Amino acid sequence: MLYREAGQFRSTYAEDMQIFPIRQDRIALMLLLAVGFVVVPMVATQYWFSALLIPFLIFSLATLGLNILTGYAGQISLGTAAFMAVGAFMAYNAQLRIPGIPILASFAIGGLCAAAVGIVFGLPSLRIKGFYLAVATLACQFLVLWTINRVPWLTNHSASGVIAAQKIEILGYTFDTPASKYLLTLSIVALMALAAKNLMRSETGRAFMAVRDMDVAAEVIGIPMMKTKLLAFAISSFYCGVAGALYAYCYLGTVEPEAFVLDISFRVLFMVIIGGVGSILGSFLGAGFITLVPIFLNLGTTFISDRFDIEISHALVSNMELITFGGLIIFFLIVEPNGLARLWQIAKEKLRLWPFPH
Amino acid sequence: MTFFIEVLVGGLLAGVMYSLVALGFVLIYKASGVFNFAQGAMVFLAALTFVSLLEMNWNFWLALLVTLVVMVGVGVLTERIVLRPLVNQPPITLFMATIGLTFVLEGLSQMVWGSQPHGLELGIADVPMEWLSQKWNINISKFDLFAAAVSGLLVAALALFFQKTRIGRALRAVADDHQAALAVGISLQHIWAIVWAVAGFVALVAGMMWGVRNGVQYALTFTALKALPVLILGGFESVPGAIIGGLIIGASEKLAEVYLGPYVGGGIESWFAYVIALLFLLVRPQGLFGEKIIDRV
Repeated sequence: MLYREAGQFRSTYAEDMQIFPIRQDRIALMLLLAVGFVVVPMVATQYWFSALLIPFLIFSLATLGLNILTGYAGQISLGTAAFMAVGAFMAYNAQLRIPGIPILASFAIGGLCAAAVGIVFGLPSLRIKGFYLAVATLACQFLVLWTINRVPWLTNHSASGVIAAQKIEILGYTFDTPASKYLLTLSIVALMALAAKNLMRSETGRAFMAVRDMDVAAEVIGIPMMKTKLLAFAISSFYCGVAGALYAYCYLGTVEPEAFVLDISFRVLFMVIIGGVGSILGSFLGAGFITLVPIFLNLGTTFISDRFDIEISHALVSNMELITFGGLIIFFLIVEPNGLARLWQIAKEKLRLWPFPH
Repeated sequence: MTFFIEVLVGGLLAGVMYSLVALGFVLIYKASGVFNFAQGAMVFLAALTFVSLLEMNWNFWLALLVTLVVMVGVGVLTERIVLRPLVNQPPITLFMATIGLTFVLEGLSQMVWGSQPHGLELGIADVPMEWLSQKWNINISKFDLFAAAVSGLLVAALALFFQKTRIGRALRAVADDHQAALAVGISLQHIWAIVWAVAGFVALVAGMMWGVRNGVQYALTFTALKALPVLILGGFESVPGAIIGGLIIGASEKLAEVYLGPYVGGGIESWFAYVIALLFLLVRPQGLFGEKIIDRV
């Protein structure tokens, strides 16, 4: 209905292997980016930026990171929040201690430090897998938060462990309004998403998928297990680390270690599952969904309490949120274990034939 | 030396409490291959229901019975609503579903009973035993011994149940091989409902013990996180593993906190168990008593 790719022939290998082989997909992506970069900043309000769009983008990036590890390389991790924390605090330290360092470089340093931590905690994955590995990555979660709390150097000797993110300044321009922070986040996320999409069609990406599908068989056909698994941990942690740095600099402003509790890890894991395991698009869909649920729930309860004049206590709302959240996850797993990305794919396939399905 | 023994015994007894929670995980994992993250929430739900009923001046045994009924109901409903539609899904999906279940249970129990912390009193004081402290100068709480005795009883009862009863045999058959069990006429659905109900019962016992120690509050749900290192140390499939793993974790955690803690600034209890378990896994990937992992291509 919307489009068909009939008539688009690929006559060279380069054309066959490009990231978006279908012309309409390329156009759609360009449109989407144009909307994101031009239309949204014109129409969105302050609240939209700071409560909706920025957290959505940041969590998309973290979800993308976890999806590379869990969805593509098949290693479960519950330490996402810890990698984000490493990214945030190391970016802060880089900015603080290296004079004149550009902010983007300190984001990258945050990401690289997270990658290093990821490699260390990825080592057990060479020996163990499945739930044993999931529990092992929990060690990372607790150890990293404890370290940040205990080593005063990391928080610049602040008494409460809270750090205040420095000003974001690139080439003399200060990013201090929500709209500018949104644009910065969007640029970084778009670039890194494109990189991830590209990575997944490369040899590395295919090695990841081979390891996911059956690691012994992958090893037999000559994929170096150690390199592949550790690389997956490193790349994934790098993404999470940058997401953490953005979380600190563009969203929270002042950061305490407790901003990166286990709940965040779970939240990101939910985004992966609900969005679609092993799908770049799914990371964005999942992050969007999980970010929107509490907001809609809030709107719903305020609407009901206004409409019917019932006082709804804060505790009840937060409990309702928990239940809805959990219920939705179970519901999604039962109805569509492959997530929103799969739903989107089904919809696309249906729409290709619509309105003449036969 | 007496101090060392005191710390060691205190740690072992604390480990028993971990084992109690870990037992619930093992039961469900053995029978259905589901890594039930919601065990902590079940502990919380059981303790909160029980203590709230007690505070409404119910009789102790009646409250116990009603809580048990609630836990069995939760178990059966979980099987019906969550697990049955997810048969044949990969384990990670089931694991995620139990995380969802955790949220639902936490929300539900707080919605029904409120979220304020309660104290729980079982009539056994949490004070050091006098004759021990007088004779050997060792402080060991009476309640700790009671908890150890209760968990000993629980394990014995579970062992009897598994070894001697018809249902127990069916449970072991299902744990061994789902399809073979189905082939000889064992109903998987019944067995799973029973296992979840038994796990609910274990959660109730654990909830009572932890409730006396730390009060019945939201933090009880984190007992699950305490039990995970025990699990990977002992092996997911082994009841004795859960007990021995709990003892090892409890003892080493307390000893490390006392002898190692001062050098690194304390508070290492939050991660020490995980690091032990992690190091251990590097040597034995299937835990102490877990089934050997064999890869077939």
